[in-house]
Amino acid sequence: MTNDPREAFVQEVDELLEAMESALLSLEETPEDPELLHTLFRAMHTIKGTAGVFGFDPIVDFTHRVEGVVDGLRSGERALDEPLIAILLSCRDHTLALVQAVLEGEDPSQVSADLLGRGQQLLDRLCPEPVGDLTAPVASAPDGYGAAKVEKLAGREAADDYWIISLGFGPDALRNGMDPLSFLRYLGSLGEIVDIATRTDRLPPLADFDPESCYLSFQIGFQSDADKATIEGVFQFAEDDCEIDILPPRSKIEEYLALLDDLPEAQVQRLGEILVKIGALTEKEVAQALAAQAADQASARPLGEILVGRHDIQRSIVEQALDKQEKSKSRVAQEGRYIRVDALRLGQLITQVGELVINTAAMRVAVQRRDTDDLQEVVERVEALVGDIRDNALQLRMVQIGETFSRFRRVVRDVSKELGKEIDLVVTGGETELDKTVVEKLNDPLTHLVRNAMDHGIETPQERLACGKPAKGTLQLNAYHDSGRILVEIRDDGAGLDPQRIRAKAEARGLVEPERNLTPQETFRLIFEPGLSTKDEASSLSGRGVGMDVVRRNIEALRGSIELDSQPGQGTKVSISLPLTLAIIDGFLVGAGGEQYVIPLAQVAECVEIGREQALTHGDRHHVNLRGEVLPYLRLKEFFGIRSGAARKLRESLVVVRVGHAKVGLIVDELHGELQTVIKPLGRVFENLKGVAGATVLGTGDIALILDVQQLTALLQAHPQPQAVSGRH
Amino acid sequence: MTIHLEEDGETCRLAIEGEMSIYEAADHKNGLFERLEGCREMVLDLSGVGELDSAGLQLLLMLKREAEAGGKRLQLVNHSQAVYAVLELLKMEQHFGDPMVIPAEWRTP
Repeated sequence: MTNDPREAFVQEVDELLEAMESALLSLEETPEDPELLHTLFRAMHTIKGTAGVFGFDPIVDFTHRVEGVVDGLRSGERALDEPLIAILLSCRDHTLALVQAVLEGEDPSQVSADLLGRGQQLLDRLCPEPVGDLTAPVASAPDGYGAAKVEKLAGREAADDYWIISLGFGPDALRNGMDPLSFLRYLGSLGEIVDIATRTDRLPPLADFDPESCYLSFQIGFQSDADKATIEGVFQFAEDDCEIDILPPRSKIEEYLALLDDLPEAQVQRLGEILVKIGALTEKEVAQALAAQAADQASARPLGEILVGRHDIQRSIVEQALDKQEKSKSRVAQEGRYIRVDALRLGQLITQVGELVINTAAMRVAVQRRDTDDLQEVVERVEALVGDIRDNALQLRMVQIGETFSRFRRVVRDVSKELGKEIDLVVTGGETELDKTVVEKLNDPLTHLVRNAMDHGIETPQERLACGKPAKGTLQLNAYHDSGRILVEIRDDGAGLDPQRIRAKAEARGLVEPERNLTPQETFRLIFEPGLSTKDEASSLSGRGVGMDVVRRNIEALRGSIELDSQPGQGTKVSISLPLTLAIIDGFLVGAGGEQYVIPLAQVAECVEIGREQALTHGDRHHVNLRGEVLPYLRLKEFFGIRSGAARKLRESLVVVRVGHAKVGLIVDELHGELQTVIKPLGRVFENLKGVAGATVLGTGDIALILDVQQLTALLQAHPQPQAVSGRH
Repeated sequence: MTIHLEEDGETCRLAIEGEMSIYEAADHKNGLFERLEGCREMVLDLSGVGELDSAGLQLLLMLKREAEAGGKRLQLVNHSQAVYAVLELLKMEQHFGDPMVIPAEWRTP
């Protein structure tokens, strides 16, 4: 659990601003969507509230003003248009900047004048002075707006700090012995009747006047410290013959609002319950309003509306209570479904589960040696359980990639405006899950690739139209699972890459010898070499030639790989292949030259025995004929440079591994079978070791290297006789 | 309840003795409005009013309204303490537009 409240604040702000941004971008399409507008409002409102708790005044001031404007949007006083969305996006950014400034600064109630100035500028743009335009919102003081409503309701100056009590006596009141005057006298004993208006407008013409009927109603300004229930109690006996409305004074409203704020959000309460709890309504009022609601089911008016309509309560209180209810709801819903857990603890758990896996394997080995059936059975059950626990523990860290993808909506929007291009972002496969640690590290490379595609890939609308393409370019982000790995694709329908230009550039930089023959694939791969950029002029976004090699390094650090494919004039596709998790895999244990190696099981296509006659050698290239298919292969023993005295057997075991569409063979000495493996990273010393992804501890206590099949395949396709460590023969 | 009648041309002088409550309201109504019909000015002496309740008050308000509607003058005079207390409670001392003589000891502190 997160313990530092400030950290929780940052996290909350982060999520809210994320939601706000996403809502704003969606509002570009549907500017009147009430849900989205509410999301905006909630973001600003909640940040304001929480910042207030911490005393982060600059944040409170700023978000308060923005909230006011958003509230105006919500109530339809102001329409949302594109310029306003742009300003609100900037406001969102500014809020983030404020939060950062406040947390980094020494005094949380102060931020730099520069930042304040920028905030003021934004606010000025947000609320321009209304120039003879009545539809323009009132620039400031959204509170005044609420107060105006109270004023209208009470028909009095809101500044008067009185209870406003309205009594409308029914015709039979007097006959039933209810004398309004006696109630007023009693009321006077609880406080001071500051003012009273006796309304006679219900008095009928003389002919219809029944002197025993009551036609009087009263409006009373009443000053008292008594609470609402006590005041209502005064009129307890008159209930049947009198319509009673008791509106709390303004100071009470503030008190109620404060009480509302203080209510715990741990449980969802009904609106009536909330209002009774803070004393703004009495149970009787709620019961009556509910009865009215039940009686008038056809119109389906919400309770809040009814209460305000009955003058039981001011609208601002109902709104705040509804807001509170909403907050509790989302809080409870979230709490019900999610628990925030410190990523470190989760990491710890997974490490421990890893150890558990290793020790289970050790136990299995020990039990097998003793060969006792009953123990075997227990071990098998434990192993199955540990397997489940492992899967569940890993699942805990799995997140959908969609959230990462949706961050790019803003990037695409901003950058395409900046570049004067029209670009649509199409996101698919957002529900694909992968390890959170992987997702986090994926952000930078993805950003770079997306920017690259927009900057270099997609052309300006004019150029596109000239090529007969639609003016609007499309950038596609896609993700899907494939044999234990996740594939992320960034595809654009832009100009594509020119292999000849890449080649020319690479030759100029000495990255490739002029006489070498390269397939288009190999040529494109040159993009990822350090110091190669195809854009002749560097723009502010990309094209300084420092990008793609860094991208590749980042991806490879995640045990992933990156491929690029392009058709001139049609577009470019970059595919990133990543492991699902960095911690534990199902492996296939093999032996070679007395050492043991683990091949990720998901990448094992099949195991076959081959005879010597099937293994062909052409020059320095090894191929094996597998059912008519020609596979390149390598001997693990030779690859790792192990010299062993054992003569080559007549028949050898070949493990066929698969990466994407490519298949290669690995010749090993022994096949040991499947096992669960905890990946332990190798130290920096082994940085240059090729074809190895990490190491693991076996049940026997031995160490086995985990093969990086991806890298092996690439090596095998590029070089006829690869070696784990170059220069060692 | 007693209504003393003293008719002097266009002015009708009345005095109410006893209570002005719901029990007397019907009688009062009959007497008062009939009299109002036949005069141009009505002076109502309230010094004998021992109790005034909502029904009585309502009657006075009605009388006032009818008088005004008919372009007649209604004067309430010699308010008793009971009448004064009600008018004070409702802050209607000014409503009827009549001067009131208020002994110091009537005032609620």
